[in-house]
Amino acid sequence: MNGTGTMEAAPAGAAAVNDGYLLEVENVRKEFPGVLALDNVQLRLKRGSVHALMGENGAGKSTLMKIVAGIYTPDTGTFKLRGEDIRLKGPLDALEHGIAMIHQELNLMAPMTVAENIWIRREPLTRLGFVDHGEMRRKTAALFKRLNIDIDPDIQVGTLSVANRQMVEIAKAVSYESDVLIMDEPTSALTEREVDHLFTIIRALREQGKGIIYITHKMNELFEIADEFSVFRDGKYIATKASTEVTRDDIIRMMVGREITQMFPKEEVPIGDVVLSAKGLTLKGVFTDVSFDVRSGEILGIAGLVGSGRSNIAETVFGVTPSDAGTIELFGKTVRIDSPATAMKHGMAFLTEDRKETGCFLLLDIQENTQMAVLQSGYVKNGFVKQKHLARDSVEISQQLRVKTPDMAEPIINLSGGNQQKVLIARWLLTKPKILILDEPTRGIDVGAKAEIHRLISKLAGQGVAVIMISSEMPEVLGMSDRIMVVHEGRVTGFLDRAEASQVKIMELASH
Amino acid sequence: MSTNEIASPANVIGSKKRLPPEVSILGVLIGIAIVFEILGWIFVGDSFLANKQRLSIIILQVSVIGIIAVGVTQVIITAGVDLSSGSVVGLAAMVAASLAQTSANPRAVYPSLTDISPIWAILAGLGVGLIAGTINGSLIARTKIPPFIATLGMMVSARGLAKWYTLGQPVALLDDSFTWFGKSFNILGFPLPLPVIVFLLVAVIFHIALGYTRYGKFTYAIGANPQAARVSGINIGGHLVKVYAIAGLLSGLAGVMTAARAASGQPGMGVAYELDAIAAAVIGGTSLSGGVGRITGTVIGTIILGVLTSGFTFLKVGAYYQEIIKGIIIVAAVIIDQHRQNKRKKA
Repeated sequence: MNGTGTMEAAPAGAAAVNDGYLLEVENVRKEFPGVLALDNVQLRLKRGSVHALMGENGAGKSTLMKIVAGIYTPDTGTFKLRGEDIRLKGPLDALEHGIAMIHQELNLMAPMTVAENIWIRREPLTRLGFVDHGEMRRKTAALFKRLNIDIDPDIQVGTLSVANRQMVEIAKAVSYESDVLIMDEPTSALTEREVDHLFTIIRALREQGKGIIYITHKMNELFEIADEFSVFRDGKYIATKASTEVTRDDIIRMMVGREITQMFPKEEVPIGDVVLSAKGLTLKGVFTDVSFDVRSGEILGIAGLVGSGRSNIAETVFGVTPSDAGTIELFGKTVRIDSPATAMKHGMAFLTEDRKETGCFLLLDIQENTQMAVLQSGYVKNGFVKQKHLARDSVEISQQLRVKTPDMAEPIINLSGGNQQKVLIARWLLTKPKILILDEPTRGIDVGAKAEIHRLISKLAGQGVAVIMISSEMPEVLGMSDRIMVVHEGRVTGFLDRAEASQVKIMELASH
Repeated sequence: MSTNEIASPANVIGSKKRLPPEVSILGVLIGIAIVFEILGWIFVGDSFLANKQRLSIIILQVSVIGIIAVGVTQVIITAGVDLSSGSVVGLAAMVAASLAQTSANPRAVYPSLTDISPIWAILAGLGVGLIAGTINGSLIARTKIPPFIATLGMMVSARGLAKWYTLGQPVALLDDSFTWFGKSFNILGFPLPLPVIVFLLVAVIFHIALGYTRYGKFTYAIGANPQAARVSGINIGGHLVKVYAIAGLLSGLAGVMTAARAASGQPGMGVAYELDAIAAAVIGGTSLSGGVGRITGTVIGTIILGVLTSGFTFLKVGAYYQEIIKGIIIVAAVIIDQHRQNKRKKA
């Protein structure tokens, strides 16, 4: 399939006068030390279309896009923009050719204002050569009005929510008036309403004849917004199809090269006694009067919009931000949890939302990352770490979780998102937790790894671990949870049992 | 002309919402001054502040540090550091002095170049700083070694050069036309030394450059998020060379002013000035992690250092105690400032 696809493509590209093709990329190869990231891949983007790139993490989508945006230099490859050969010398060159990229990891300058961020290097100047702040503000306001975004141009980007930063990043890319707009998982931090807003913007840009390349893991987004899509797997180009002519299962098959029958392998397990009981937890200005119980073997899902206080509740339970009022009972005893160390002492583990910021020690290797939490409580004798013993257990747990790596001395930064997440889960499992708090356990990781993590969560519940799982992905919450607690603007708005829960009911409780 | 730019509504609207961060550090300065005033009346029986001469000396003492600190602030905003400033001051002072000697000196460094226009001495001093700074910047931009290491190397080598230049001998008997640059002038009955005027001029120029030009925006952008700056099309290496070159140039200027004021060049001039300059910038709210900092803050930070030195001398505190207390106050000032800013952010 792969072979024929390329064969057909080659003569067509040479003969046809690329009607409507805005960007044509052929035979791109890129090797990083030890990894062939892209193996002769191709991509053709039509004018006035949204082209989704699909594939598991590590498939090469982001690498290809960074090449198109001039950030990486390819080893080989030809690039045609509006029918003309181009050779990009850097990100600036790409911008000048009308190719702009919205990055997966937000690329904003936090201490600077929104307007300064958007117009950096293109600041409007006065006749004397000074930056014209008034004009810059007017241009920002006009841009925001056009995109229907409501953010103060003078506010510091660092004070904005992640979703608003994403909007600023999108506005910045649009402001270049580029023909080609690349969006690398733009919705990973957005709520459903914001996603709708983004899609409205994307449709408007498509109307204007722009070509949009859209990287995503989310299948429903693909069907909602994309005209065409291309699938990549392990650095190879698999196929390009119109999104109307395929089903969800077809795409998954193309992405993973195998069938995934069970997305949410939730097992029915006996549910035991209450192990954690929160009563009237309050963190001033963030959330108020939050009460809930979790039982051993139970998976409690927490749903709510981004910014509703979901993650803050988890942080308070784990002692990152101790509560101002309310109590937490663990195994029937009231415990004042004033720090993560206290929480861990009582058998809690917390997988944080932001893998890069608060999870991984990016420059350390897998072994060091795995052992980081357990050193508080074990594997130390007379002040010395029992490294051999620890290494043996770390390897064992990594193998159980199927962390894909040549060896434990590999820096974690070289792993894909899914594998990093597995290492972080391994870190916590090594502490043998009785209560496991997971904040967005599968954000930004590929379908295969996702299913494995879901299976793992289920298995842990089966072993009697009480699980609290926060997730923005409805199917995940619905598929995995025994009960769902819905949070809205810092208050618990309701609990739903597995049997009665539905996307509609959750949304009703999560908005007003 | 440029005053119109500064007063443009841009900043006025921005400042309405939130007080600029300098306000809290200004509070620290006023607090320290008041403490000295009170202690002055108690222990010395005299006013600390109501003394024109003293106020003038305070700012004169720190004007050389201030000139360096303006350059160092820009470097720190890019998330870098410049440890070479003090040594460059020494080298620039030596080179400038050697071109400003009078023919009355039988052992002039360049007997054929005595009694020449002071312009040459000044240009040579500035040139030394510019070259040192450009080397710093190029090393950092090209080889990607940390600024700490690059400028540490320059710090050691420049000091060595300053000593080698005359084999450790001071350069004396400078021409009056050169030492004129260290003199004071009476402005509205206030004795204002030229180094102070130069310091304030430099501060105003770079306050405008950082706040109102692309040079400034790029400087902040690189420190705030180098990756974002790069994908926005900023040539990071090229810009860093400019920033370090300017820092070097200002160290050179500080060296010229030092030589003019002391009427000599000595290889030991400027020792540890880089630390005072960094302290001034950091007290003034510049963040060592980059992306944050303003010249107004640095100026206030510089004056705080001056008030401390002057106040201790006024109270007749011993030199050893002065240093001990100064170190504590530097750290305390930054803790207080950070604490306040965190509180403001939460509110």
